[in-house]
Amino acid sequence: MSLDLIVQSVISGLSQGSVYALVGLGFTIVFTVTGIINFAQGEFVMLGGMLSWVFFRLYGVPQVPALILAVMVATVVGALLYLLAIRSARKASVVSLIIITIGASILIRGIVSEIWREDFVRNGTDVVRPPYFTGENPLHFLGASIEPQRLWIVGTTIFVAIALHLFFSYTMVGKALRASSVNRVGASLSGINPRTMALIAFAMAAALGAIGGIVVAPQNTTYVEAGLMLGLNGFVAAAIGGFRSQLLTVAGGIGLGILEQFAIRVDWGPLSSGYADAIGLVVLVLVLLVRSGKLAAQERAS
Amino acid sequence: MLARLKARGAYLAIAPLLVLVVLAPFDWFLGDYTTLLIFMGIHTMVTVGLCLLMGYTGQVSLGQAAFYGLGAYGSAILTTKYDVNPWLAMVSAAAITGAFAYIVGYLIFRLKGNYLAMATLGLGLVIVILFEQLDGLTNGVRGITGIPRLSIGDFVFDTAFRRYFLVWFFCLATLLLAQNMVRSRTGRALRAIHGSEAAAESIGVNSAQFKVKIFVLGAVFASLAGSLYAHNVFYVSPGRFGFLFSVMLVVMAVIGGLASIWGAIFGTAVVRLLSDKLLIELGGWDMIIYGLILIAVMIFVPQGLFVGLRDTYERWRLRRTRRGAVT
Repeated sequence: MSLDLIVQSVISGLSQGSVYALVGLGFTIVFTVTGIINFAQGEFVMLGGMLSWVFFRLYGVPQVPALILAVMVATVVGALLYLLAIRSARKASVVSLIIITIGASILIRGIVSEIWREDFVRNGTDVVRPPYFTGENPLHFLGASIEPQRLWIVGTTIFVAIALHLFFSYTMVGKALRASSVNRVGASLSGINPRTMALIAFAMAAALGAIGGIVVAPQNTTYVEAGLMLGLNGFVAAAIGGFRSQLLTVAGGIGLGILEQFAIRVDWGPLSSGYADAIGLVVLVLVLLVRSGKLAAQERAS
Repeated sequence: MLARLKARGAYLAIAPLLVLVVLAPFDWFLGDYTTLLIFMGIHTMVTVGLCLLMGYTGQVSLGQAAFYGLGAYGSAILTTKYDVNPWLAMVSAAAITGAFAYIVGYLIFRLKGNYLAMATLGLGLVIVILFEQLDGLTNGVRGITGIPRLSIGDFVFDTAFRRYFLVWFFCLATLLLAQNMVRSRTGRALRAIHGSEAAAESIGVNSAQFKVKIFVLGAVFASLAGSLYAHNVFYVSPGRFGFLFSVMLVVMAVIGGLASIWGAIFGTAVVRLLSDKLLIELGGWDMIIYGLILIAVMIFVPQGLFVGLRDTYERWRLRRTRRGAVT
């Protein structure tokens, strides 16, 4: 394994893993505040990327407003998911909530593919690529070539992670969210409305996913089914963090991304890179094996 | 009272159902729906496993299509590449799938809801990747053709009419097996777990073990159904066993009703009619409609549409008979 291959894999993995980290953070925030795993989380990544392409290419919105608009629309969709579906099913069991969010996931996918179906046909393919944020010429570093977009992805993730940390530490709303994730009943006794908190959590998670989507789509392209794999890998990141620790979630996502890039770029003999998508599941099983005792105890406690 | 009515209803339902199943494939009865009915039978076998899993363990599998795919590919590979007898291939595929499900279930069932759902979702994706990548065994995305027909001695299940009876024989056998299990010691244990897991465990029910049993049973049903599918269309390819099919199976189970065995037929029939007749004319829209069904049913009748309707009807009937007794 040569040095440039290692550098290349680590840098590509950092950007790839950043997206898993953002999706994982969405899972973690929703779970800590509401106790729900939102299986539609991956769709917001798809929505972000897809909408930024739609606004820019189809409706001629300038690039930066198109990106902002994409995140805003996805955030509204996340809020609507809570208001229309989750909140109505108040005493729902875990299974019901899983099925509701799975339903929402294919509903979102179906709507996107129906609305822009003819545009995909005109485009020649339903795999779309919004434009790069800045130039296309790769930078060279230690023998590896890095697309500028990868720097945008990593930079955005670092920025978002710091912003989240500040938000949870220093703002009233952030503190209220933290309070209701520690003790929902206690929080509501001290005047924190759990429904408002849940709404904020769902909207925030959608925004995080969509931000991941707009930065990664120019690099990886996006398509209607893209949310599935991203959602799964984001879930793995969140599972590494035990659906609790934001720091571990970010580390887990980035670790998974790097692992995946090594799997794709290094020649493993008979194991082709076609298997790379399976890595998330393998890691998930390992995490569950290692953490299952702890997670089960945590579930019993809650 | 309600329980006894329900129990009687379940057995009474079998007789007209049997008549319906026997009459259905004849042209003069329904018209030519035999192919559709064959798929209904096959999918019902998968759905009933899901209904049991969701109703009795409080968990959901989002990768049931993978077990179905394992059955189909198991039969296809063993019969075309190794010339194994189709019946033996079917049993072997089911055994392998069951063992596989046991390992997965053993790992996951110590945890609650969310993990099994995500793990089975991931499993479903990975199995499809394997079907695509293990080129030497599966012919990759091209799929496997030339799967032989099933036969008993000289009697070959070649026409759709014959295959229909074969499939529904398996389907009804599956339903009866499921019914017996629910009424057995296992079933009582499962209901106890459903009522209160802590209480059941305190009287010595190993809840994880029973849940794994249900999961494995559902996987074996799915695998058998997959084998029947392979011997009905004579061709398998990876695209058939993906995530959307898993979701469609969940839609069938949700319409049929959680924990309901006979509802599985109803749910499967509704979805098959929807997707084969209505949605083809609409052209697309299937994801939107299935998504809406999943959300709406879970919000308004979380026990499942068929069960919800049945319970409402029985409560109404009960109230009427009571009022009759008073006057």
